Amino acid sequence: MKPDTTDGLHLEAISIALNGRTLLSLSAHVRPGGILTVMGPSGSGKSALLAYLGGFLDPAFTASGRILIEGDDLTGVAAEKRRCGMLFQDPLLFPHLSVGGNLLFGLTPSIAKRDQRQRMVKQALADVELEGFFDRDPATLSGGQKARVALQRVMLSAPRLLLLDEPFSKLDSDLRQQIRTLIFSRAKSARLPVILVTHDQADADAAGGPVVVIGEDIGR
Amino acid sequence: MGRQTEQNHIRPQAGGSMRDRFSVSGLVLAMIGLPILAGLAGTVGPAFGLLPALGGGHLTLDHFAELAAQPHLSRSALISFATAIVTTGVSLVLVMLFTAGYAGTRMFSRIQHLVSPLLAIPHAAAAFGLAFLVAPSGLAMRLVSPGLTDYGSPPDWLVPQDPLGLTMMAGLIVKEMPFLFLVTLAALPQVPLVQARQLSASLGYGRIRGFLISVWPLLYRQIRLPVFAVLAYASSVVDVAMILGPALPAPLAVRITEWMADSDLQMRFLASAGALLQFALTVAAMVTWLVLEQIGSVLLRWMSRSGVRKADDRLLRRSACAAMTLSAALVFLGLAVLFLWSIAGLWPFPALLPGSVTFQAWMRALPQAGDAIATTISLASSSAAIALLFSIGLLWQGGVRDSRAFSSVLYLPLIVPQLCFVFGLQILSVALGFDASFALLLFVHLIFVLPYVTLSLSQPWQALDQRYETLAAGLGKSPLQVLLHVRLPLLTRACLTAFAVGFAVSAGLYLPTLLIGAGRIVTITTEAVALSSGGDRRAIGIYALLQTLVPFGGFLIASLVPHLLFRDRRAMRI
Repeated sequence: MKPDTTDGLHLEAISIALNGRTLLSLSAHVRPGGILTVMGPSGSGKSALLAYLGGFLDPAFTASGRILIEGDDLTGVAAEKRRCGMLFQDPLLFPHLSVGGNLLFGLTPSIAKRDQRQRMVKQALADVELEGFFDRDPATLSGGQKARVALQRVMLSAPRLLLLDEPFSKLDSDLRQQIRTLIFSRAKSARLPVILVTHDQADADAAGGPVVVIGEDIGR
Repeated sequence: MGRQTEQNHIRPQAGGSMRDRFSVSGLVLAMIGLPILAGLAGTVGPAFGLLPALGGGHLTLDHFAELAAQPHLSRSALISFATAIVTTGVSLVLVMLFTAGYAGTRMFSRIQHLVSPLLAIPHAAAAFGLAFLVAPSGLAMRLVSPGLTDYGSPPDWLVPQDPLGLTMMAGLIVKEMPFLFLVTLAALPQVPLVQARQLSASLGYGRIRGFLISVWPLLYRQIRLPVFAVLAYASSVVDVAMILGPALPAPLAVRITEWMADSDLQMRFLASAGALLQFALTVAAMVTWLVLEQIGSVLLRWMSRSGVRKADDRLLRRSACAAMTLSAALVFLGLAVLFLWSIAGLWPFPALLPGSVTFQAWMRALPQAGDAIATTISLASSSAAIALLFSIGLLWQGGVRDSRAFSSVLYLPLIVPQLCFVFGLQILSVALGFDASFALLLFVHLIFVLPYVTLSLSQPWQALDQRYETLAAGLGKSPLQVLLHVRLPLLTRACLTAFAVGFAVSAGLYLPTLLIGAGRIVTITTEAVALSSGGDRRAIGIYALLQTLVPFGGFLIASLVPHLLFRDRRAMRI
């Protein structure tokens, strides 16, 4: 039976190799709102997987396999047309823009009216308890505040999936749990398929979904 | 560490059609390579008698015979050759010892702050400053006279224009040393300094010896092109040689320049033959340098095999540090003396300070200098701006990163002696009926400005965290949007600094401005150097200061603008 590919994210026989050595092979289905956790030692190709999904893989790698989101084939589509939202271990707020400017930069252009854009950004700030932060300099925010702004920036861009590259690894443990819960619940309510790359078993446990371990006994 | 390895998976964003449509690097390659080739051809032709515009229609070696018959030619050539080797050798050894002794320490960053501004000071201004210090009636002699020397009037010494060219070499060293130091600084992050230091220290090696054995060969490989640029420059320098160099006979490049500028157009054949001799001389200096490199590497191998630790190298280390400080101090002190002269009333020898202060010389000079200042600023700002645009295009398309061959071409204008191809370009432009025009001069300036601007911008460009761009593309931004809204704003300071570097290079350019401007387009630099033979110290002081102030203004703007633009953005002001 042919699997139904119109629902969520399908990774079909993804294989990434470097200099003839296969780093990883992976097939998976992530339902809307579901989280696939990818674990593996450093150098195992976790980041290469994210780069391939996002459309940034260095040409030194050879990769094959299809990426389907709600039935659309993303393979070979330019990075900026894929709408793969990414979160990294650093919040990477643009230091030259205000907090509001960062969110406006993220906000999808399908919302064109200026005042509506402003309103949506302010609402997004309020949603994460950051009312009144619109004009703030990102450099003056705490780690937790930055993480929340980064999350809202990517959510406003109306992504079709989320790629998380160890986004909690630099937060201290209290904050880590809080931000993790926030990101997972936002992704779930927006029905986004999520791919989480991590070292941390606690992240995998909190995600609760399937776990794939890569980089072991492949291509040896 | 982690981030760096992860970033390796990410290629700089590509796929934008705009980026692939035409190749900036091809254009730049042509823009730099073709004029150099054409210029060399324009020099070779007349040297063998081929210059139809001046009636030269048949192949002849007469002009070389004429060249050989010039009095004291071999002495001129020998001085130029010695200047190249000594200047490069001393500057490099100083920078090497200092870096070996201090890299990674607080003293290192202190000296870095002291030395960096020296790069912006034009060669001619630094040379004038040095001349005013060491001349028989200069500040140094005033300090010790008449108390220590009994001199009531300046002694009759041939300084700065000493026949061996020692003052000229010193003037070049104080300017080339900061250049080599800054390129070393730029290469330093690419070598495993800390680990090598720890390892060699744990084996009991002194700082300098440990560094030379473990790090220097890697570092030298990175700065080799700039070293050859220094060699080529010192072998063919004109402005510094006119100010500080010997007069009878003058270094080769100065004599050739005189022939080129001679009102008798027939002298151009001789000048072309001279330019070819200059080319051969520079090549000979480079070959000599290659031999010296071999000797150096044998010495280094012998040092590392001997097992000798030289654990206590404090003396050597401190001497290198003192030499770096001294040469920076000489330049700054020289500028101070230039300023003093520009406002001096009567200032007889051996008074240490002028008897009175007056701004008369400034009032007299400024109105006359107005045109030259305006020309300098418009030439420098337009060539720096165009070069910045090209550099951004180059780096955006990844041309610089992708090929080593490309960066060699970029260095070509710094490695082929200016004299050899700019003169040919001038002959060609005359033969083709181009008049001396601002546009032509701008184009020639661009050949020299572009390499420096690109070199200055490429390091911060590559150091920028690529995840910003990845993330922006994930937010749906096209490569062009990412460039305009993310990369360039984040690199505002780096772009402005690159602009200021280009501005300073253009403002200080002497020979190309002299030859292509043909006396009709003058800048502060050509005016200042033209004053050197006259001996009006007040006018020289003013022009040399103006020459320093103009590029300094560029750097000032480059450092202030980010503060204004990003008043409310703490992370952008660092």
